[in-house]
Amino acid sequence: MKWLVVLLSLFVSMLASAEETKLSAELEQRVKSMAHELRCLVCQNQTIADSNADLAIDLRTQIREQIKAGKTDQQIKDYMVARYGDFVLYRPPVQSNTVLLWLAPFLLLIGALGFLFRQMAKRRALVVTQNLSSDELEQADALLQHSTHNNTSHTKS
Amino acid sequence: MGKFLIPLGIFVVLAIFLGRGLSLDPREVPSPLIGKPAPAFSLSQLDQPAQMIGTEQLLGQVWILNVWASWCVACRDEHPVLVEFSKTGVAPIYGLNYKDKREPAMNWLQQLGNPYTASIFDESGRVGIDFGVYGVPETFVIDKLGVIRYKKTGPVTQETIQSIIVPLVKKLQG
Repeated sequence: MKWLVVLLSLFVSMLASAEETKLSAELEQRVKSMAHELRCLVCQNQTIADSNADLAIDLRTQIREQIKAGKTDQQIKDYMVARYGDFVLYRPPVQSNTVLLWLAPFLLLIGALGFLFRQMAKRRALVVTQNLSSDELEQADALLQHSTHNNTSHTKS
Repeated sequence: MGKFLIPLGIFVVLAIFLGRGLSLDPREVPSPLIGKPAPAFSLSQLDQPAQMIGTEQLLGQVWILNVWASWCVACRDEHPVLVEFSKTGVAPIYGLNYKDKREPAMNWLQQLGNPYTASIFDESGRVGIDFGVYGVPETFVIDKLGVIRYKKTGPVTQETIQSIIVPLVKKLQG
């Protein structure tokens, strides 16, 4: 009878710890995904997920604590922006001073396409205008005949 | 003729942009805290663990907050400048001893001189985060109402003090 109780309590504690690891795994997942959105200001081309700078470690701890405290992702981002500015966001937000940054690629694309189409139209116009006059046609015919004649004579010899 | 000017034009524009890029310092991140109230804190003094310093105590005067640490190499370069400045008595300098230990920090001050009216001991770096600290040393100028007016990331030089900090402090003191 005693061993049954031991076994049962063991089972229950196992279930509890499994639940706990699942929870902490979820937490870590969220910390990680948040950390990937934030720039490490010490080594500026890394996110705080990739960086091992002291500050990055501290900020990851901050994220973890705030998630535990029930903060939403947006609240955590706002917390970081309030301290470090928009620069801390790895993905720059769309706002008045970043409009150019967001639109520039599209403007460049449109500009490049416009240039391309204009060049293509120019070329097409070039082909159309090169209609030969009747004189030129005759000349061309003569040349062509001459060359075929030459070729045949060449193959004969 | 015009055709050959196009690459030249592109080159000039690129050169201007790249040249401008060279003269900008990407480490200088504009602080969103300028014009905002300094974050509230209440921490113990470096040399007197029982003595707390809070933001409210510092209201009503223009003061300078200098973030430093004994492990910070650049702080060592900056230190003599601060010691000199503290002698002029233009404004009190409070130190934020960032992510440091009491003993090495106090030794550091003993060896190199202590320009600080008091040093605030921020062992965990939490207050540092509230101030958006990312590159020690950092220096803030805070006005009578507790609003941050100026921030400098990296060592303060004699020139920064003369050309920016002193005029600003004098203006804020009114």
